[in-house]
Amino acid sequence: MTEPLLSVRDLSVTFDTRRGPFHAVRAISFDVGRERVGIVGESGSGKSMTGRAILSLIRPPGRVEASRLTFDGTDLRNLPERQMRRVRGRRISMVMQDPRYSLNPVMTVGRQIAEALRVHGRPPRDEIRRRSLDMLTEVQIRDPERVLAAYPHELSGGMGQRVMIAMMTVTEPELLIADEPTSALDVTVQLEVLRILDDLVRRRGMGLIFISHDLRLVSTFCDRVLVMYRGRIVEEIEAQQLAEAQHPYTQGLLNCLPRIGGGQGDLPTLQRQDAWSHA
Amino acid sequence: MTPADIEDPRGSGRARFGSSGLPHVVKRVGGFAFSLVVTLFGLLLVTFLIARVVPLDPVLAVVGDRATQAQYEAAREAMGLDRPLAVQFVDYVGDVVTGDLGHSNLTSRPVVEDIRRTFPATLELATIATIIGVMLGIPAGVIGAVNQGRWPDHVIRVVGLLGYSMPVFWLGLVALLIFYGQLGWTAGPGRLDVTEQFIYELEVTRVTGSVIIDSALSDAWDVFRNALAHVVLPAGVLGYFSMAYISRMTRSFMLEQLGQEYVIAARVKGVPEWRVVWVHALGNAMVPLITVIALSYAGLLEGSVLTETVFAWPGLGLYITQALFAADFNAVLGGTLVIGAMFIVMNLLSDILYTLVDPRAR
Repeated sequence: MTEPLLSVRDLSVTFDTRRGPFHAVRAISFDVGRERVGIVGESGSGKSMTGRAILSLIRPPGRVEASRLTFDGTDLRNLPERQMRRVRGRRISMVMQDPRYSLNPVMTVGRQIAEALRVHGRPPRDEIRRRSLDMLTEVQIRDPERVLAAYPHELSGGMGQRVMIAMMTVTEPELLIADEPTSALDVTVQLEVLRILDDLVRRRGMGLIFISHDLRLVSTFCDRVLVMYRGRIVEEIEAQQLAEAQHPYTQGLLNCLPRIGGGQGDLPTLQRQDAWSHA
Repeated sequence: MTPADIEDPRGSGRARFGSSGLPHVVKRVGGFAFSLVVTLFGLLLVTFLIARVVPLDPVLAVVGDRATQAQYEAAREAMGLDRPLAVQFVDYVGDVVTGDLGHSNLTSRPVVEDIRRTFPATLELATIATIIGVMLGIPAGVIGAVNQGRWPDHVIRVVGLLGYSMPVFWLGLVALLIFYGQLGWTAGPGRLDVTEQFIYELEVTRVTGSVIIDSALSDAWDVFRNALAHVVLPAGVLGYFSMAYISRMTRSFMLEQLGQEYVIAARVKGVPEWRVVWVHALGNAMVPLITVIALSYAGLLEGSVLTETVFAWPGLGLYITQALFAADFNAVLGGTLVIGAMFIVMNLLSDILYTLVDPRAR
């Protein structure tokens, strides 16, 4: 395997609170190439913090430490803010959970997409417009002219998330972090949005980090899965081999999924052990 | 009710899809005009009733305490105060609608004329003070929020707290003592010095009623400079209060906005931090701030009574105060009515501006 796109070693995210430090992420290591990597875990397992730490979006009182955090050969640790901004949006981007909160309510969709293009080297107006329209068409929005002039509250959830995807990928980043991109959507539109995301990642050959609490979704959508528990990666496994997962926590997660045609008995409760977070 | 009468929420949403603000503003103004009339009527009722409840005798104020009972009754009849309250009220409303606020005993001029003379002075003072409050208060609040818990935040908070806790008349007197009395940097009380007042009366055409604007329009630059020197202190004192309030509100609105997801999304895009703060977060914080600014402006129009007294500023506040001491009812009621109407207008204005800033309110 060639040099991975993103290489993470011993990444920790710590929040200094009044009751002592809280370890959100504890010394995790992983690589991401031009592939689709899923990160699964319960709420609070540190999966979102991992995504934000890569983009150095953790603000005080949070602290990020790592023995290695490189993207395409560039050390992202202690990168000056000005250079970090050139990486953000341009080379690594992130799709967030709920378009109702992650789009600015007082700015039109057009201005928000244009802004993503404009902060990275001011292209001329007509080029911005053309690229915005193309991008909206690419995420299968039928009436891109109208959506461009719309405000976020005028869009449905599914449309809003497609706009979010368009806004975050219009700059053609090499790595996309998708942080629970479908969790806030109706089940019916989840699949649609996933398909659009999948298409985009395949066609562009982007690397993808797909963060979700939904193990089944991640296993069908990704090549490789990292299972996180209390800030640690407890298991790393190829998506196809998920059924043969070794770690009791992963097995527990799998056993909790109801199966069509399965038994009528109670689903087992997820077992958690403190020891796993010290491994 | 037929199903067609029930508005389809999706249908109306589509109709507003991507619309600009202006047509809705027009429609709103129509709606507000109605509520304006209703509120004004309520205001009239309140001012009218106040006049009948206050333990001051307007008849006595006219005839003096040496008048005979017959003279007193005659005056009372002449003023129409012997009629039933309802009749008096209808009469009062009719007068106000036709622009007649009665005669002032104090100045022996129609109250409307007095207000026309004094109100621009108050408006000028409050406007400059609000501009100062907004120009300083919003940046101060934003800087405080961005540096939450660090020294710039503390400095801004202490400065604001001082503005809150010092009585305006005391601050005004101290400011006069230092900047006018000791340092001589500014002019003293009043709107103009005697010489400039003379030039103003003779050479400056009244267009807006604001000495500053009118003198500039008439090329009377000596008067203009003198007027500025006079307005600096009272406007500064009032502006300080306005700043203290606006910065505190801005800070809390900004803290709320900076915690929102769209702020993180903007950072993800690579938007520089100044733009994240001043465009994204402040753009959203402006929505509630507009109401705060409008009400603080209206508050300055009303609350400048003490400032106008300390600085001998010939505005509406000073007029009402003097009228009150002289039991000059028509003047007090007229002034109250104007201030109440200003509150209503400011509310209306903030609602209109609100829809311009917030697309969700359209």
